[in-house]
Amino acid sequence: MPINYYIFLSIALFAIGIVGVLTRRNAIIIFMCIELMLNAVNLLLVAFSKMHHMKALATDAATTVGTDGQLFVFFIMVVAAAEVTVGLAIIVMMYRNIHSVDVNFLNRLKH
Amino acid sequence: MNITTILFWFLSVVALFSALMVITNKNPVYSVLWLIVTFFAISGHYILLNAQFLAIVNVIVYAGAIMVLFLFVIMLMNLNKETEPQKNRWLRMAGAIAGGCLLLVLVAALKDTDMKQQLAMTNGGNIGLIKNLGKELFTTYVVPFEISSILFLSAMVGAVVIGKKE
Repeated sequence: MPINYYIFLSIALFAIGIVGVLTRRNAIIIFMCIELMLNAVNLLLVAFSKMHHMKALATDAATTVGTDGQLFVFFIMVVAAAEVTVGLAIIVMMYRNIHSVDVNFLNRLKH
Repeated sequence: MNITTILFWFLSVVALFSALMVITNKNPVYSVLWLIVTFFAISGHYILLNAQFLAIVNVIVYAGAIMVLFLFVIMLMNLNKETEPQKNRWLRMAGAIAGGCLLLVLVAALKDTDMKQQLAMTNGGNIGLIKNLGKELFTTYVVPFEISSILFLSAMVGAVVIGKKE
């Protein structure tokens, strides 16, 4: 598949995630939209890794060019999992204190 | 139109549609379920690119562990359509316009890139298999791998400390 199809698909998924973050007030949905954006970037990294691999295959049949991109995706998944555990713990704490997951109530943090 | 092209378009439409349903659905539980559909579609894209390890990890970690955690928290708080807070209409419209502008700018900027004729290799190449990735992960990337295990440990401790009652 041409690489620009993957670029446009990832941009569209990323933009949908941005719109979700901007238009929702539920903290959990905002978190899910961040996950969606991370996945859009992951998809593009894998597509680019395969693109460079195909280019390198033309000169060397045993090349492993492009492995780095897929390992970055692996590390992004690791960091995302760690982020979700801490973030959801914070949201549960916030719900316990103010009985809501509405991010507009969080403006009392500034007082 | 061969089977790879058909699968690419099918998975793309599924991913975009379910992503739109995530942000438009009023009920948070349905949003989580649609997000799982999105992750499965992205896993399908990984399989199409022959990144088999990442496809399996995506299903296990994202669609399995993380989404179960989200669903658990939503059900713990008993969120539903009635308790869902809504932004007012103008703010929502402004958000949609802002996101649409970002989409427009990025598409316009990347429309005529030099590499647009290049292909991403589908149905071939063995860099996405576990053998190659594991060898690279435990030789070149062994230090980041160990650091990420420390990150997991600290995240685990942090979640317990934040979540426990006073």
